[in-house]
Amino acid sequence: MAPPDTATAAKTIELPGGSGDEREELISGSEAIAHACRLADVDVITAYPIRPYDTVMQYVSQMISNGDFDCEFIVAESEHSQFEIVKHASAVGARVFCGSSGVGWFYAFEALAVTAGLRIPMVAMVGNRALDDPGAFGVEHNDALAVRDLGWMLAWVATAQEALDTALIAYRVAEDPRIFLPCAISCDGAFLTHSQAIVKVPSKEMVDSFLPPYDRGEKQLHPDNPITIAPQVNEDWLMEMRQQNDKAMRRAREVIIEAYDDFEAKFGRGGEPFIERYMMDDAEIVLVGMGTLALPVKVAVRKMRGQGKKVGFLRVRWFRPFPTIELQDALSGVQAVGVIDRDYGFGSPFHSGVLANELRSALYPVENPPKVVSFIAGLGGREVSIDNVVEIAGMTYDAANDSLDDQDTHWIGVRE
Amino acid sequence: MLDENTDRNQESFEDYLSTQVLDPWKGPKKVPAEEYYTSGHRTCQGCESAQLMKLMAKAGGPRSIILGSTGCMYVANTTYYSTPWAVPWMHTQLGSAGSSAVGTAAGLRAMMRKGKMAKEPINVIAVCGDGGGADMGLSAISAALQHTQYNLLILMYDNESYANTDIQVSGSSPWGANSTFSPPGSARRIMNRRWKKNTAAMLAAGHPDCKYVATVNTAYPVDTMNMVRKALTIGGPTFIHSLDPCPKGWDYDPMYSHELGELAVETGIWPLYEVEEGKLKMCGKSRRIVSGQFKRKPVREYLTRQGRFAHFIDEDFDYFQAKIDDMWEKWLIPGVIPFAEA
Repeated sequence: MAPPDTATAAKTIELPGGSGDEREELISGSEAIAHACRLADVDVITAYPIRPYDTVMQYVSQMISNGDFDCEFIVAESEHSQFEIVKHASAVGARVFCGSSGVGWFYAFEALAVTAGLRIPMVAMVGNRALDDPGAFGVEHNDALAVRDLGWMLAWVATAQEALDTALIAYRVAEDPRIFLPCAISCDGAFLTHSQAIVKVPSKEMVDSFLPPYDRGEKQLHPDNPITIAPQVNEDWLMEMRQQNDKAMRRAREVIIEAYDDFEAKFGRGGEPFIERYMMDDAEIVLVGMGTLALPVKVAVRKMRGQGKKVGFLRVRWFRPFPTIELQDALSGVQAVGVIDRDYGFGSPFHSGVLANELRSALYPVENPPKVVSFIAGLGGREVSIDNVVEIAGMTYDAANDSLDDQDTHWIGVRE
Repeated sequence: MLDENTDRNQESFEDYLSTQVLDPWKGPKKVPAEEYYTSGHRTCQGCESAQLMKLMAKAGGPRSIILGSTGCMYVANTTYYSTPWAVPWMHTQLGSAGSSAVGTAAGLRAMMRKGKMAKEPINVIAVCGDGGGADMGLSAISAALQHTQYNLLILMYDNESYANTDIQVSGSSPWGANSTFSPPGSARRIMNRRWKKNTAAMLAAGHPDCKYVATVNTAYPVDTMNMVRKALTIGGPTFIHSLDPCPKGWDYDPMYSHELGELAVETGIWPLYEVEEGKLKMCGKSRRIVSGQFKRKPVREYLTRQGRFAHFIDEDFDYFQAKIDDMWEKWLIPGVIPFAEA
């Protein structure tokens, strides 16, 4: 490959405060991810409107039109094209960003499958939204969860700060040559995409010290490297290639840990990579969930702690790779676990939510495993109230005391 | 800031990526011997789409990236460990010819502008069949033709059916053709009652900023290569529609592929033309049909050579002939624009 023409080097944006500083801004989760795209110097972004994710593209387009960010910004004619365009841009070596919500994510489903199959390190934002029909703007996790077995890494974030930080970490992990897998960051529709909070926005210099440039290496499609990508393989080779994806996903765990360690060293934050433990130390029962559910659950846990109940909360931050080891470690001594799924798994074992059944599977080899009770709550963006959480904790205690069948699934907050 | 020479669709002159200047080859003896589409493909004997791939790769030359959407030219053509491509090639999804070209061109443009890749004009060519182009991928191709900031060519190889999956009817199949989804039977002789989509003209008429749309046929290989070269040189998104006789789908002896291509033009079924920067030019024998120098041959001469029309009775031939006659005698622009002033 010929050396880059330095005369046309990328413009970098200086933030007030100068190199090495972070600036505090009151921004939404979507705007936080737009900042991450700018700081990562993404080359190609494609947009298509659907609520609630599309706010990120509104912020991105503003940054571009104001001269703060230099990238190809393409408004596609469908989500399928949106994801196909960036997939191909990534194949020639460009860093890319994309996103969608609900049925939009599903309209792109074919593209999502091949993106993982092709080992394209796309980073996408899913503004989690209920699937049609009937229409609902609010959050459900079934959209992003649908790609869970295809080779996408999946992160769920709870705050705007975590959205920005995770997007930067996602680029580093996805583009690591040991991985080369796409990564989707799930942000709960409205609760995170549209809610503002104080966020530390790092400088470009800080991000550059953490995130190396994307180098597609020998897989880059270019006339200097006339390779044939994804020819028809049939039964001769497909299984070997599927196993390569499996091995990449297995390696992702270590690469994610490395990235969080380095992020902590450079930015002084990040926390435990895969799970967040909240008041877990002496917990008898633990509630488990993903995303912005953390907010009401933490308030409820503090309230119950005040009443002497030993309740903890565990937030799953990465769903793929699934944090099996961390969950076994964190939950093996607990009496009962109440999993609050903001999704559904019609016809699944025990008719439980997706997270609940994944957790049951992860805890199967543990000696004296906790009872795992599945709760379905907050669908379509319905608020999960503190009273709901207290009710869930009470039922989880009942399961611990054998007065509630832990193999049943309970819908919370449903009108009669 | 903008002077009269500024292309207002470009954000700035610095953004503008020039194209390779690929001058036309004046006759077969001037065509270079180098091939970029070589041995290794597994297409049928007499496959005109494979011929089109060879001509397209030769016309584009070594500094090209080819995107191939699902179809014959993927499944039968591009197999692991025996790729025929000596230029970089990547698979794209059935409906993604337009998106793959836009994405590739956008990636190159961004990286060259930002100094992440050496600046150089690279041809971006996406190929699709009639199923991928005229049916599933139409909206993505339409969108691609609006992105005037990217240099790309979408080449549709139209063998008039989903030929790779067992010959199923497409929106580009001719009226009445026998296919595995439109078999003539004892109760219904004609299953495919859709008239073939007028894809090239529809795209030319609908995308006035697109600088080049053409129809080709590989029975005229030098013309075909020169039209590919013109499409790649002119800049912006361009589209070429090729009618490719298919021995398997059309049911004829493979030795007659070129002859059928010529007959498609001579009967007036396949008009050859190019729309260049808003100007229509009829090409080859189609020009002589319009000027009256060449009398169209009866469609029966073309249709009776193919097994897919073997069930036709006289009324079917008459219907087909009348539709073709309308095309040249009643259309606003003969062979191209299918309506007339009221």
